[in-house]
Amino acid sequence: MTPAPKTPPLLEARNLVKAFGPLRANDGVDLTVAAGEIHALLGENGAGKSTLVKMLYGALQPTSGELFWHGEALTIANPAAARALGIGMVFQHFSLFEALTAVENIALALPGDFDLAALSGRIATLSADYGLPLEPSATIADLSVGERQRVEIVRCLLQNPRLLILDEPTSVLTPQEAEQLFITLQRLAAEGCAILYISHRLEEVRRICQRATILRHGKVVAACDPRQETPASLARLMVGGDIHAVRAHRDVAEGPVRLRVHELSLPPDGPFSVALQDISLEVRGGEVLCIAGVAGNGQSELFDALSGERVADYAHAVEIDGLPAGRHGVNWRRKHGAAFVPEERLGHGAVPMFHLSDNVVLTRHAVDHTVAANRRVLRPGARAIADRVIAAFDVRKGKPDPEARALSGGNLQKYVVGREMDRNPGVLVVNQPTWGVDAGAAATIRQALVDLATRGAAVLVISQDLDEIFDIADRIAVIARGELSAAHAARDMTPEMIGLYMAGMDEAAAQAAGEGGHAHP
Amino acid sequence: MLILERRVERARLWMWASPVLALVLTIIAGGIIFALAGVDPLHGLYTYFISPLMDGWDREKLIAKAAPLVLIGVGLAVCYTANVWNIGAEGQFVAGALLAGLVPVYFSGWQDASVMAVMLLLGVLGGLLWAMIPAALRVRFHANEILTSLMLVYVVRLAYDWAVRGPLRDPHAMNFPKTVRFDGWQVLPAWGEIHLGAFFALVAALVLYVVMVKMLKGFELRALGSSPRAARFAGFSEHRAVYFVFAVSGALAGLAGACDVMGVSRQLQAPYEPNYGFVAIIVAFLGRLNPIGVIFAGLLLALSYMGGEAAKVSLGVSDNIAKVFQGILLFFILACDTLILYRIRWQGRG
Repeated sequence: MTPAPKTPPLLEARNLVKAFGPLRANDGVDLTVAAGEIHALLGENGAGKSTLVKMLYGALQPTSGELFWHGEALTIANPAAARALGIGMVFQHFSLFEALTAVENIALALPGDFDLAALSGRIATLSADYGLPLEPSATIADLSVGERQRVEIVRCLLQNPRLLILDEPTSVLTPQEAEQLFITLQRLAAEGCAILYISHRLEEVRRICQRATILRHGKVVAACDPRQETPASLARLMVGGDIHAVRAHRDVAEGPVRLRVHELSLPPDGPFSVALQDISLEVRGGEVLCIAGVAGNGQSELFDALSGERVADYAHAVEIDGLPAGRHGVNWRRKHGAAFVPEERLGHGAVPMFHLSDNVVLTRHAVDHTVAANRRVLRPGARAIADRVIAAFDVRKGKPDPEARALSGGNLQKYVVGREMDRNPGVLVVNQPTWGVDAGAAATIRQALVDLATRGAAVLVISQDLDEIFDIADRIAVIARGELSAAHAARDMTPEMIGLYMAGMDEAAAQAAGEGGHAHP
Repeated sequence: MLILERRVERARLWMWASPVLALVLTIIAGGIIFALAGVDPLHGLYTYFISPLMDGWDREKLIAKAAPLVLIGVGLAVCYTANVWNIGAEGQFVAGALLAGLVPVYFSGWQDASVMAVMLLLGVLGGLLWAMIPAALRVRFHANEILTSLMLVYVVRLAYDWAVRGPLRDPHAMNFPKTVRFDGWQVLPAWGEIHLGAFFALVAALVLYVVMVKMLKGFELRALGSSPRAARFAGFSEHRAVYFVFAVSGALAGLAGACDVMGVSRQLQAPYEPNYGFVAIIVAFLGRLNPIGVIFAGLLLALSYMGGEAAKVSLGVSDNIAKVFQGILLFFILACDTLILYRIRWQGRG
């Protein structure tokens, strides 16, 4: 227990609720941030961290609840109002005009008239002062991601913030850049600025934060001093100790290896893309292998490499039923029995403006002669398959063959998964199968994945949802920063171990896995 | 206040009602312009839109004018469906005309059926090769094809001008910038004003209709135009599609250019700025990027040319009025197309 502070905290949120339709992204959140502290906000993806900080920054309005600034109740109407109060925010994805210079970008965010020459001087002094060297006249397009982040931070600092919110600032930084950032943050805190720090990296949080508030499913589940915790205990708080008992596993027949990835490495293909490093895995017929991980750690890059949307450097990097597939594209892999369901259903798994039947043609035209033959599209065949999928997966729709974008997320996801299931593939790779899908649709999809494996297929599921993973996985591996951990039997894995792997602490996790194995022989 | 509300699906009705509404609005705006110019609006509109249709010779001329617009327009419709923006059909048209025109200049004695085929093929080749430049620049260097294809129009216009004033000029033409007159098999067969180009336009529209609606190629181009990521997931190559649509639209524009010089002017003349390649952009949109729709749109825009001439002759208005009408029409089509994806709703302030 801490004694009640004499002065009111810098910022206090009481019972904040933010509802999006039936979903309560924040459900009665309490938060206090004191001047001069570095306060971590922890939680899984979808736990409500971003929603919370967007409300604090005025970008979203709470459905109900109260905000206090220096003890006085107020509403923050918009980001400009937040900045006027002294709240600055650095977003994970930057909001900079690439064609403009650093000083021009900063000037755009400042109120009133500006004098570029004088501003350049202030930027140079301030950035040198805080150890964030920055050339004001540099064009953003020429800057590295770390330097762009400095522009964002300096832009906040120029407004003398009392509270600085950073959303996963180190996710785009090299370790050296991160070190420099920590020094800056500690200096700012020493000067009395409060810092609200969102991160998944538990080591960092333990190192620089004095307090942590942990969200899960939109609620605060714990507030603690991260320095008193271990990464494992923090991970446990994040993912919750309330995970249901792992279901009794099917007796998996030891089928042949149907999908093998061998030392797959790919460079990043954009500034926010992650490099894949030396990924190896095997999925046998009859089993479900789940890859856990926090978003942005290489999942979509891995999916693209498995599907053949990006081909690998050498043929044996990916093997399907023993055939080298690494140098072949997506349709070759489909012809050899593989099927794929990407994370983004609208615009990747389906063309939004196309009817459901045309979206059958999208992934079937090379493998199904009832859908396309002699370079022609066979609409009756496509329509028949669409109807079959709609019936099998209970896809709810307004009219017979609507455009894909007219379907709700859950129904379209059932359709996109069902479209591939309908082929009865030997290898299925799914990325985030139930992301943003209601519970009923999620259950249908998970059941279908397990059933497919039972029929002898190799099923690879990439997911952020630990409940889902423990529900369906036979084996679990974790992806972090483009590297894949060893896969362990699901019965030997705990949420804590997954948390350690997510934090990149493989040895500790592997050790825990070994102990787990002994504990449950 | 009026608000735009996004529809769940595209409205089929407005796909085709939008150009009709745009045409009505253009006629109203045209009436206002005539009134401002001191011409009785009804008489002006009659002269512009109706009088060119009144006699047989004019109707033939209308079809002859529509032929290059349709030929280029169907190619551009395919291009724009794939979300590839070839704005330089005018240049590909001129390139085709220039290459076809080399034959009569250097082989004036070549007189059998093969010369016609060779000239038409050279026209196709000229347009196709000129279109490959912006395609390659986009694929290799991500250069914006809108800018490169447009700039290449001016390049080929200057090259054409230089050639016709220089090496290709007819030495007996009293220093006029024109080549020898094409003769015999170097001239397209014609029925009155209508030359073989109209037949090519009809065939191209029908073939491309089948390709776009029935064939996998059309499916591929629509997928790429609508959702490139999903198209990649389907295994379609964006690079190949860019080359394909530039090749098709360039070849057709080049063919139109060859037909124009072989069927209408029957020689190369400078300056040569028919603007068919630019007007065909309007044709493609007015025709809903549908090859059959493009036939009707081509006829309508041909009418706007004819109307411009009629207005000049009988109303004493500058024939630039045609460009004004064309511009207003494109403006209204693009505005009305909003209704395909949105509906307008009145909402009280609250």
